[in-house]
Amino acid sequence: MGKTEDSGAQERPKWDNKVQYLLTCIGFAVGLGNVWRFPYLCQIYGGGAFLIPYLIALVFQGIPLLYLELAIGQRLRLGSIGVWNSISPLLGGVGIASMIVSFLVSIFYNTILAWVLWYFFHSFQNPLPWSQCPINESRTGYDEECEKSTPVNYFWYRETLNITPDIGISGSLQWWMVVCLASAWCVVFICFIKGIESMGKAVYVTATFPYLVLTIFLVRALTLPGATDGLLYLFTPDWNILMEPRVWLDAATQIFFSLSLAFGGLIAFSSYNPERNNCERDAVVVGVINSATSLYASISIFSILGFKATTAFNSCRTENILALTNHFHISDQNITLENYDTWFENLNTTYTEEVASLQLRVCDLQRFLDQGASGTGLAFIAFTEAVLEMPGSQVWAVLFFVMLFSLGLSSMFGNIEGVLTPIKDLKLLPKWIPLEAVTGSWVICLFSFLISLIFTLGSGNYWVEVFNGYVGSVPLLIIAFFEIIGVIYVHGMKNFSEDIYFMTGSRPNIYWKACWMVISPVMLVVVLVAYVVVQAQVHPTYPAWDPSFELFPETEVRPYPDWVFAIIILLSSVPVLPIPLVALYRLICRRRTSSARAEPNPYSNNGFEIETQEQ
Amino acid sequence: MLGKIFFLLCLSSAWAEDLCSKAVPPEAYYVRLSIKTALGDKAYVWNDNEMFLFQATLAFAMRSQFSGQEYNVSNIVVCDETPRVSFWFVVTSLEDPSRLVSRGDVEQAVRKSRNRINSAFLLTDQTLEFIGITPTLAAPVAPNTPPWLIVFGVVMGAVFAGILVLLVLPLIQKKRKKNQPMEDEDSDEETQVKTAENGPERSGVYNMSFSDDDKFTQM
Repeated sequence: MGKTEDSGAQERPKWDNKVQYLLTCIGFAVGLGNVWRFPYLCQIYGGGAFLIPYLIALVFQGIPLLYLELAIGQRLRLGSIGVWNSISPLLGGVGIASMIVSFLVSIFYNTILAWVLWYFFHSFQNPLPWSQCPINESRTGYDEECEKSTPVNYFWYRETLNITPDIGISGSLQWWMVVCLASAWCVVFICFIKGIESMGKAVYVTATFPYLVLTIFLVRALTLPGATDGLLYLFTPDWNILMEPRVWLDAATQIFFSLSLAFGGLIAFSSYNPERNNCERDAVVVGVINSATSLYASISIFSILGFKATTAFNSCRTENILALTNHFHISDQNITLENYDTWFENLNTTYTEEVASLQLRVCDLQRFLDQGASGTGLAFIAFTEAVLEMPGSQVWAVLFFVMLFSLGLSSMFGNIEGVLTPIKDLKLLPKWIPLEAVTGSWVICLFSFLISLIFTLGSGNYWVEVFNGYVGSVPLLIIAFFEIIGVIYVHGMKNFSEDIYFMTGSRPNIYWKACWMVISPVMLVVVLVAYVVVQAQVHPTYPAWDPSFELFPETEVRPYPDWVFAIIILLSSVPVLPIPLVALYRLICRRRTSSARAEPNPYSNNGFEIETQEQ
Repeated sequence: MLGKIFFLLCLSSAWAEDLCSKAVPPEAYYVRLSIKTALGDKAYVWNDNEMFLFQATLAFAMRSQFSGQEYNVSNIVVCDETPRVSFWFVVTSLEDPSRLVSRGDVEQAVRKSRNRINSAFLLTDQTLEFIGITPTLAAPVAPNTPPWLIVFGVVMGAVFAGILVLLVLPLIQKKRKKNQPMEDEDSDEETQVKTAENGPERSGVYNMSFSDDDKFTQM
């Protein structure tokens, strides 16, 4: 027996128990998108009707791909690069592509966590800083930019981001953002300090805490006025919307990105499993819990948004009541919210011109509900505004931002793992960097932190949107397509079935085979082509926050300048370039060496496998 | 003497009524109260007594602003009272009842004693409005250290403490192990036990000679 003291390099790390592994996978899959993208999609695509394309995509595309990744990682017990090298040297590029995408995603994803931290730090004040405008320098009134828009918008765009009016204007590094970003990377680092040992313990908290907070919010939100309006609005199905192809495309892409497929992180996680683990059950459990979490989160979120819309509706009507009371000298509080409509009709019929001259706002609850928000707009603008109206705002704000941080952190684990495990498996880091102490994660964290300083510039938010839209979309679809082709057709369906038999004790049934061989690849190709076509039809634009814009506080929609467009093309294509490049390189090498095909997998001893089967 | 005072009072009230029937003079300020909005159930009814209190507080405000000049309730003329509880008022000057105190002077007086006037009626700047006199904005509370830095310090302190603990603890454990005698057999048994540590899910026979540990056998 070899010495097992410093066996970090020899023995592969293991999960302490099955629960850790499942929680890590669920935490990776359940991320910010479940909370701020899915409810928005539900809202704009006809509520309950959206669930149909969503569930179809889950069953025929999401879960099969998930099962495939977990199975191949568990069988070959290597990170993404090692796995694809084992299957075929020509496919080695797929692993590198996964690694590059994981790296690029983790740098902008952690910036979002830095923003969440900033809001969290500011939630411990009374009154909350986004509830009122700051006073201008001459102390005569409020800050002009804040008055034109709202205090919440001002706090987000000016005090948090200090955003420049255009993506071309970079501005300078915002020191407070750099500080928050450093803290976010430190937190990630401390969770990775001992590899999956520390991460596995951290995940007990980060994966379960969001559910606790969502439940608390749900209970609280259902007691607020207007919650039922929000829920009705969300779930009222509009069946006509199913005719539009856009809905199906968005459902498929949402499932795909929500499950965090093709990042290489899932392969890495399952590679730490014991060899005989029922990965079929794991895949189904993770997939179903991910979608259930999306639904659960959307119930909480929409109760709160319903409350927010009702509050806005009431304050709109209160403004009108005040205007009418003042103009017609009616006794105070004679017109209330309840009898407003009757009073308004009376006054309108008797004094039509006067009422018209008051220019009362039209208050319509549907219009307020329609103001859908997704992404950072939902978390940092809509939700923070809603929290202001709830009694005990600080508590709700703190809970909300800690929940967002846990959701993001558990997803970051997967992203970082998708970068670290291949590097460790390939032994890419030079010897002089001390690996034992902190498993090399500090190198990755430091390097990523330095690169993500881009997002702390004045134009940082625009760049996050660029990365979010173009790195985390097309490359992943392409990688997933090559993954499924690689496993099913290059490795072979028969070999893969035998692998699964070895691991779980039963061969995959007709449903899995049909999905893997036909349905999922076809769906992936269709989604990929449709996605590219839809994106290519319009010159990409972005909303710019420009105080000198005529229609301010609306954001101005500007087209990306050409150099940014070039960067977008690079971001979409560079991650997938390794796939053809490595294939070409290996082909050329193979032609040079006329010897037999190198067997890179030292563990694949055919005699060993057959004997086990006979038992 | 009494007769003269009586005559002056009659004159001033007649003068006041005269003033109200004319158009709103430029020196007038429009006042609006929203008592029910501010106090809800505890709202008091607006009547002549309350109006008297208003005139008295305004006179007090004028006296505080211009020390020495003894303004009286009769100097505050109130007109056009509506059910809304809104009206306009002017302040007549002490020397000549037919002259009105300038707008600027009245504004200064009201601004100076705004808090006292509000408190007399249990109202706020928003519920007792003087149209044209904007409320002075409260100076923002600016603590020496921004609160967010304090929270940041606490969180980062905890994180760095955690990093130190996690890095230093294994080193201490290693030193302790070096001091104790080595127990090779135990560690061997442990590794053997580890290889048998497969989940009891499979009921088949697991042949240990094919366990993963073989891969690391040194030749």
